[in-house]
Amino acid sequence: MKAEHLHALQAAATQRIPVAFATRLPDGTAFILPDPAAPQALALEAATMLAADKTGMVTIGAEDWFIESRNPAPRAIIVGAVHIAQSLAPLAATMGFDVVVVDPRRAFASADRFPGVVTRTDWPDEALQALRPDARTAIITLTHDPKLDDPALIAALATDAFYIGSLGSRKTHAARLDRLREAGLTEASLARICAPVGLDIGAVTAPEIAISVIAQMVAARRGKPTRA
Amino acid sequence: MTMDSEDILTIAADWLAAGEAVAVATVTSTWGSSPRRAGSRMAVTQSGRIAGSVSGGCIEGAVAEAAQRSIETGTPQVLDFGVTDERAWEVGLACGGKVSVFVEKLA
Repeated sequence: MKAEHLHALQAAATQRIPVAFATRLPDGTAFILPDPAAPQALALEAATMLAADKTGMVTIGAEDWFIESRNPAPRAIIVGAVHIAQSLAPLAATMGFDVVVVDPRRAFASADRFPGVVTRTDWPDEALQALRPDARTAIITLTHDPKLDDPALIAALATDAFYIGSLGSRKTHAARLDRLREAGLTEASLARICAPVGLDIGAVTAPEIAISVIAQMVAARRGKPTRA
Repeated sequence: MTMDSEDILTIAADWLAAGEAVAVATVTSTWGSSPRRAGSRMAVTQSGRIAGSVSGGCIEGAVAEAAQRSIETGTPQVLDFGVTDERAWEVGLACGGKVSVFVEKLA
């Protein structure tokens, strides 16, 4: 691997640009695609693999190529810079998510409570519009405050986010669903919300609840049921 | 893309920047119960530092040895490990999987 390729791959990851990294075996000739200098058959194969987020070997003509799809890291947008978020944010980062914590209450979303975590203090619906969640994004609301959670959920349900979770008991969630119905959301839309949030592992403490949420996010991402 | 392979490339870049001779091993294919997906990486320095993994820990030793050879010769290698291989037990891949690993010097 050439150092210049290594640095280009790192730059693409930082800028969230999807690329396919193709290496010919066994001689190690490599391209970072899209690249106009790459052979056309390779470019076509790499584009197909990247779109499907697939990584593996392909045979092109008489040549063996290893094509690695390098799509941007999945994102976790956590609404509510609360106690559970302090456990969830570092855990999600460890799991490979780019994490953003959103809370307009500056005293909560402070750097000393979230060292090394990207925080935003705009309103959740505005933050979600700015962050443009896609199908590689998970959104978790943790504030317990309808003034913050409701607009966040309404904005989240308008996106392709692969996971939408919302903290709150069954009773809290039932009341929340009533409010969201009044706001005009459909049952099909509301069914996307995972609540009470997290896999049922009997979680009690904040780190335990964070683990249950992460487990549910992984299940959603890997196409497994999000209810045990 | 997996985040852990991302971290390994960052570590490899840091090692290279620090003046180390570095090789990178990448899982290119797996069959059966191999625990690491294609794209998983391990970085090795001539001084013996290792980051990441290409299996559940069973073939890392053999891959690290091959990495030292690639660092010395500059020649990339394709390594195949598996239960059909006589060396399966020797390299410790007794878990029933097969894995191909590409090893190359970072230059």
